[in-house]
Amino acid sequence: MDWTMYIYKTIFLFIILLVTLLVAMYSTYGERKVAAFMQDRLGPNRAGIFGLLQPIADGIKMFMKEEIIPLSANKKMFILGPSIAMTTALLTGVVIPWGGTLTIFGHEFPMQIADLNIGILYVFAMVSIGVYGIMLGGWASNNKYALLGSIRAASQMISYELAMGMSIIALIVTTGTLSLHEIVDQQQGMHWNIFYQPLGFLIFIICAFAETNRAPFDLPECETELIGGYHTEYSSMKLGFYLFAEYVNMFISSAVIVTLYFGGYHMPFIDHLGLSGNVATLLGTFFFFIKVFFMIFLFMWVRWTLPRFRYDQLMNLGWKGLMPLAIFNILATGVFYYFTELT
Amino acid sequence: MQALTNRSKMVSDKKMTFLEWIYLPAIVKGMFITIKHFFRKKTTINYPEETREFSKVYRGLHVLKRDDQGRERCTACGLCAVACPAEAITMVAAERKPGEEHLYREEKYAEVYEINMLRCIFCGDCEEACPKEAIFLTDRLVPSDYERLPFIYGKDMLVEPIDTALRVDVSARQTENLLKFKQNKQFAHNR
Repeated sequence: MDWTMYIYKTIFLFIILLVTLLVAMYSTYGERKVAAFMQDRLGPNRAGIFGLLQPIADGIKMFMKEEIIPLSANKKMFILGPSIAMTTALLTGVVIPWGGTLTIFGHEFPMQIADLNIGILYVFAMVSIGVYGIMLGGWASNNKYALLGSIRAASQMISYELAMGMSIIALIVTTGTLSLHEIVDQQQGMHWNIFYQPLGFLIFIICAFAETNRAPFDLPECETELIGGYHTEYSSMKLGFYLFAEYVNMFISSAVIVTLYFGGYHMPFIDHLGLSGNVATLLGTFFFFIKVFFMIFLFMWVRWTLPRFRYDQLMNLGWKGLMPLAIFNILATGVFYYFTELT
Repeated sequence: MQALTNRSKMVSDKKMTFLEWIYLPAIVKGMFITIKHFFRKKTTINYPEETREFSKVYRGLHVLKRDDQGRERCTACGLCAVACPAEAITMVAAERKPGEEHLYREEKYAEVYEINMLRCIFCGDCEEACPKEAIFLTDRLVPSDYERLPFIYGKDMLVEPIDTALRVDVSARQTENLLKFKQNKQFAHNR
């Protein structure tokens, strides 16, 4: 890599960081609006036009709140918890291909920060580390509700990560690569993976709901039973980090789902428009974001439709429902490819 | 057992069919319901800018009416206070002095007339009891306060201004049935 590439990557990294934070910020606003609209209400509409300044007002409020660290809490771990949650949530964005290749002054710049050949594994690694943020935070609070919440978070994430990983194995069997960039390139046109792996997609998206701790799987923070779950003792911006990390996670997992199953930045019929390289790339990125926003909307839509699972139902679904289904999916995919490859 | 409404459903514990068991059709159905509500007209009233329209016969803050010449109609007979189930009304009667004919319609008037708005249940019995058509309930609200004392409304708050332009309109509450009732000869002494 020459020095232009380094500069480009640094700038692009910052852009991705800002975009991620911006989207997460406005997801909180979107969530409240979607919730309100589905309940025949209007939602926040006082701060700015249509309440568009609401996330900023919320942020200022969070910063201004009193910072309380309980005396009995383990201070280092207490601070480390939200930091891990936030950092890992942001780190995942690195491997996602946000678009095709830009050509500036003869140099080719891919719109992806790191094209790892094990991109999916990296995503999984980051998601798994993200559990530690919740676990540490809940445990370090030295509060029984927080501890219960973090235990639930840990067991839920471990249970659903298995099914998620297995649904991905079937996908890898069809694509034959772990690199996210190559997976997207294979889905050119309308060859989206969702048509080849519908069952795998279903398992993956259910697990994604569970991994991001969102309803109907929001047991770690269920207000009715555990007050606030793992963030009961948190206040001020540490609480803000936890809540914000959830929205960052939602954005990133939407992006991962789009990348894996919905053709990433590929747009059907774009080749027939006859656009030049850069315009087509930017249009693809735009289309990618539309898909991502739809996925985020789906996350919210499901949240405001379904009630929360009971804990035993959650474990039953994870271990007795999704796991065997994912194994069956792997088998079916494997058998199918074994026989079609032969002929 | 007889059903109370026709909306009750019989529950059965039959085994679920496959489609019911995987829950997905039910989830999709639920999502269609929520998306239908997403595009439905919103019921929110943006309060300070919009206010809810009151019923025509809304019973709110009282008014002590004046007659056409701007004289107080109330003669401090005390029937409203007697009729009041919450005992919210108190009054002190006084005699009209010569030269006050333009202020009070009859020889006796209420020197003090107080309604405790914390006691008042806005039933409208005072209005019904009044033989002089002096007290009415209106579509105005009693504003909130941090103290108890300001809720005892004296004559300064209750009597409507003399200026005809600022008079409180109570015609909305005079429904057809009520007007018919008032035309009855039996109650002609009311005027």
